[in-house]
Amino acid sequence: MGDAMLDVRDLKIGATAYPPGEPPQEIEIVHGVSFQLEKGKVLGLIGESGAGKSTIGLAALGYGRGGVEITGGEVWINGRDILKGGMRGLRKLRGAEVTYVAQSAAAAFNPAKKLMEQVTEAAIHHNRFPKSEAEARAVTLFAKLGLPDPETFGNRYPHQVSGGQLQRAMTALALCPEPDLVVFDEPTTALDVTTQIDVLAAIKEAIRDTGVAALYITHDLAVVAQVSDDIMVLRNGDKVEYGSTDQIINAPQEDYTRALVSVRSIEHEEQPPTPDPVLRVSGITARYKGTPFDVLHDVSVDLHPGQTLAVVGESGSGKSTLARVITGLLPPRSGEIEFAGRTLSPALEGRSREDLRELQMIYQMADVAMNPRQTVGTIIGRPLEFYFGLKGKEKRRRLKELLDEIEMGDGFIDRYPAELSGGQKQRVCIARALAAKPKMIICDEVTSALDPLVADGILKLLLNLQKIENVAFLFITHDIATVRAIADSIAVMYRGKVVRYGSKSQVLSPPFDDYTDLLLSSVPEMKLGWLEEVIAHRKMESAGN
Amino acid sequence: MMRIPFAAAVGLFFTALYFLAAIFAPLLAPYGMAEVVGDVWEPSSATHLLGTDNIGRDLLTRMIYGGRTTIFIATAATVLSFTTGSVLGFLAAVLGGWADQLLSRAVDLLMSIPSLIFALVVLSVMPVTVPVLILVMGLLDSTRVFRLARAVAVDINVMDYVEAAKLRGEGRVWIIFREILPNALSPLVAEMGLRFIFMVLFVSTLSFLGLGVQPPEADWGGIVKENKDGIVYGIPAALIPAFAIATLAISVNLVADWVLNRTTSLKGGRG
Repeated sequence: MGDAMLDVRDLKIGATAYPPGEPPQEIEIVHGVSFQLEKGKVLGLIGESGAGKSTIGLAALGYGRGGVEITGGEVWINGRDILKGGMRGLRKLRGAEVTYVAQSAAAAFNPAKKLMEQVTEAAIHHNRFPKSEAEARAVTLFAKLGLPDPETFGNRYPHQVSGGQLQRAMTALALCPEPDLVVFDEPTTALDVTTQIDVLAAIKEAIRDTGVAALYITHDLAVVAQVSDDIMVLRNGDKVEYGSTDQIINAPQEDYTRALVSVRSIEHEEQPPTPDPVLRVSGITARYKGTPFDVLHDVSVDLHPGQTLAVVGESGSGKSTLARVITGLLPPRSGEIEFAGRTLSPALEGRSREDLRELQMIYQMADVAMNPRQTVGTIIGRPLEFYFGLKGKEKRRRLKELLDEIEMGDGFIDRYPAELSGGQKQRVCIARALAAKPKMIICDEVTSALDPLVADGILKLLLNLQKIENVAFLFITHDIATVRAIADSIAVMYRGKVVRYGSKSQVLSPPFDDYTDLLLSSVPEMKLGWLEEVIAHRKMESAGN
Repeated sequence: MMRIPFAAAVGLFFTALYFLAAIFAPLLAPYGMAEVVGDVWEPSSATHLLGTDNIGRDLLTRMIYGGRTTIFIATAATVLSFTTGSVLGFLAAVLGGWADQLLSRAVDLLMSIPSLIFALVVLSVMPVTVPVLILVMGLLDSTRVFRLARAVAVDINVMDYVEAAKLRGEGRVWIIFREILPNALSPLVAEMGLRFIFMVLFVSTLSFLGLGVQPPEADWGGIVKENKDGIVYGIPAALIPAFAIATLAISVNLVADWVLNRTTSLKGGRG
């Protein structure tokens, strides 16, 4: 394998851990990982959070982020071990031979400088190209990445372009010095699905045209399947499986990989609507205080007892605002909310304790939805005390019951949120909502911050609880796969309006309106060549128009 | 209890020393507080460890009693300023709107007047007794605490867990004391150490200017004032209270720093 452009041999990476109440410990977070990458090839690194994928990606630049240190192994790039070159060697390497595309372009660009200056900086600094040539290259790259007005695009500041455009500008930045290797660290994770597909296509084309090698880091197997030649599956700092994309997707060998490939295999049979909906939202128009435009326009939806209504849309579509209106945090300008047969007061202050108890909410970020200084017992126990006046033994018994329902033991009662994993935190939040014995729970993107397998567990739990407790869910999400898995009816939102609404089978079967079509076709599918199909399909359609 | 770092141990030791001396002053002091026991400005000797003061009282005795007064007034004023400042600050953050405007602007108004001058004006028309002193110092200083408490609470008030409590229907008392206070404690405790020291300096300054603790009661600022003329003749009596104030300030801050570090772990832990 002498001609490998990147050759990582037995890479070991360590870090210092600070367990609460104990002295700091040295731990190993990557345990001897090896791989090679040839020129012009793309290797996908995939795994859930804590798998070490970003850490390995950064090691290709000889870099360890905050307290992380490369403790063993070798990283060969173009025939030399970069870990032996010292700081001077690394400085020559970074931004010239190896470049990096960060997850959040919005945070990675300097807001005070124009894009052109930042895109060409590394190329000029490393004497790869003189200024005029670097700028010409940047313009070519802008054009190749499908950015608008490539000639003048560089004159804008980062805040003057959209998130998807900024991510593409970052790709141009990485490609401008003509590197041999680019490390993409979750470049599309922060984008909406409809934007993600354009960025993905642009990145793929740019990689192919420039012939660089690339490491593509992501937690989304369906995304990586579209761009990479080989895939390495990582878990807890160990290599689980390493093979061609075709083999990993179509014939995974390891159980863990199989689980990743078959994730979202939840089956849920759609229920027919009932005559009395538990929630009837009619004609809601709302705007935020001090702004001159409406965020919601005439929104009407129904939710039936024991069923799930999924509200789908990209960021800014008003789906979370709808939740705020229903909970009373944002009184609407007009419209009415009927809940369990009675009309709800538009503002929170006017609602009875019974209204509040029967309408619960689960948040996207379980981390900040729980007071870090309360124990699990207090967090779940408070609604029991508050709504039902339970104390002492009675409360303890009900606590245990709830912890059992969320598949956690009563050993967790005295733990603090910081001592729980991401999935466990979300489960505790679910238990807190259930403790109130609600008729309906609003779930605001409850699985989007979780790893796919953990998210799957949460969805199964929610469906299970729905059956037992007959509680209705208003499920806010941008993820169509989740919707397919759990919804009975669907409302598609776009720019504050409900553009499509009906039972799941109606909404998800043709004929589609333009937006729903775009949304549905943008969700990455776990198969090779999906990206090309979609792009070809869209080109055909626009040619037809 | 975790292992105490060296700096914190030193701070803890000296802080404890000063506070114990203040509490047990009548037992520790070798002579009576206002008792004249020797010549003017005697140097230190076996009978008078720190020498005597400007009218022949034992300086060590004066220092111990003075520390008692100073520390008591500073502590009481700090407690007063923290309870009023943080409760009002939290209230302003939680209520928002006009209540917040009213409280904040009132505090701005108070803060726009230099606090020493304000205190001097108030004390020159009021009888200078210890309760009045504590009240004036505590209320003036609570404006600073109000600012900090409000700023911290505004941040916490928008967290999802506070929203969850509001959606549950919790009252303001629960939200302030159970949701916000435990999470605002770290910065407040750190500020408390600092504020305590400012209080020590404040009461010393007032006494030095003659509007603080009245003779024959001793306090550190007063001792500096009584003995300041000795400096001209090379008598170090006035420097001893200064030294005491400095060491107390440093040791209290070492302790406050340690408490702050302990309660703000990387994971947002618990204290």
